[in-house]
Amino acid sequence: MPEQAGPSPSREFTAGARQVVPVALGVIPFGLIVGLTAAETGLSNWLGVAMSAIIFAGASQLATLQLLAAESAAAVIIMTALVINVRMVMYSAALQPHVARLPRRIRLGMAYLLTDQAFALSVTSYSQRPNRPNSQWFYFGVAMPMWVVWMISTVVGVLVGAQVPESWGLGFAPALVFLALIVPSVTDKATTAAAIAAGAVALAGHPLPYNLGLPLAALVGIAAGMMVERLT
Amino acid sequence: MSAWLIVSLIGLGTLALRFSFIGLGSDTALPEVIKRGLRFVPPAVFTALVTPGVFRPEQVIDVGLGNPRWLAALAALAVAWRTRNIGLTMAAGLVALWILQAVL
Repeated sequence: MPEQAGPSPSREFTAGARQVVPVALGVIPFGLIVGLTAAETGLSNWLGVAMSAIIFAGASQLATLQLLAAESAAAVIIMTALVINVRMVMYSAALQPHVARLPRRIRLGMAYLLTDQAFALSVTSYSQRPNRPNSQWFYFGVAMPMWVVWMISTVVGVLVGAQVPESWGLGFAPALVFLALIVPSVTDKATTAAAIAAGAVALAGHPLPYNLGLPLAALVGIAAGMMVERLT
Repeated sequence: MSAWLIVSLIGLGTLALRFSFIGLGSDTALPEVIKRGLRFVPPAVFTALVTPGVFRPEQVIDVGLGNPRWLAALAALAVAWRTRNIGLTMAAGLVALWILQAVL
């Protein structure tokens, strides 16, 4: 199918950037919390900030920080973070048909910058206006500001975090972020079963060494969810 | 294993996840099992991460009034349910924690 003439790269980029503004602003508290938690976990400022560039995925960063603080086994930390990020595979699969013909280096850059927000905005744009020649620039217009905002809020969080006293209870903040993420993810009986099963096993398995209770709880939770889904 | 190495491995692994399909030139489908299991990852993993810290901050399960965390968590959950807003949820949870810590 011949490519339709479309907007120039800079127009695509600006269109993406304009759409991402409210979303990027919304991610600032999350970035601040991540930076703060990194400082509170005792990581060096360099590692706290580098983490946001190396991993660039907030929920898994918070989980990693929590598990590092609990002296978990390295394998547990790595597997937990990767399982949290497995949804990126889904996003990758959904975007693949739209980017397949782009040069590998561009696709790698797009992959590195992939976030929930970049995915949500770009996949909507691809479905509304397919087959545009410069569509990757729309993606970069969405994804690059997200990266910049994430890095800046992390830096601020890390620097401020070193100053905030423990009594403020900001160590509770990561748990609150996860609570806020759990609510929209529990939508039916199966996901409820997954959460309850995981919570119960996590509590019971807490005394296990190296934080092994966590992957156990996650596996049991996912299995419970899939079972209830089969049965309902 | 050092924290730097752990973080680097997570970063590489996550990049691999992100590049898994985008990196391919041709179409390959996602295994059905993964597709089905994906939606259970957030409720299972996030709940597993949160519950020990909330219910057994010391080594014993504590749902008495002496443990302000789970009550604060309840308040946060209620706000999350109503508003679906991360910022408000956090504010509510922290305020509830402060109040409960002062009162209990």
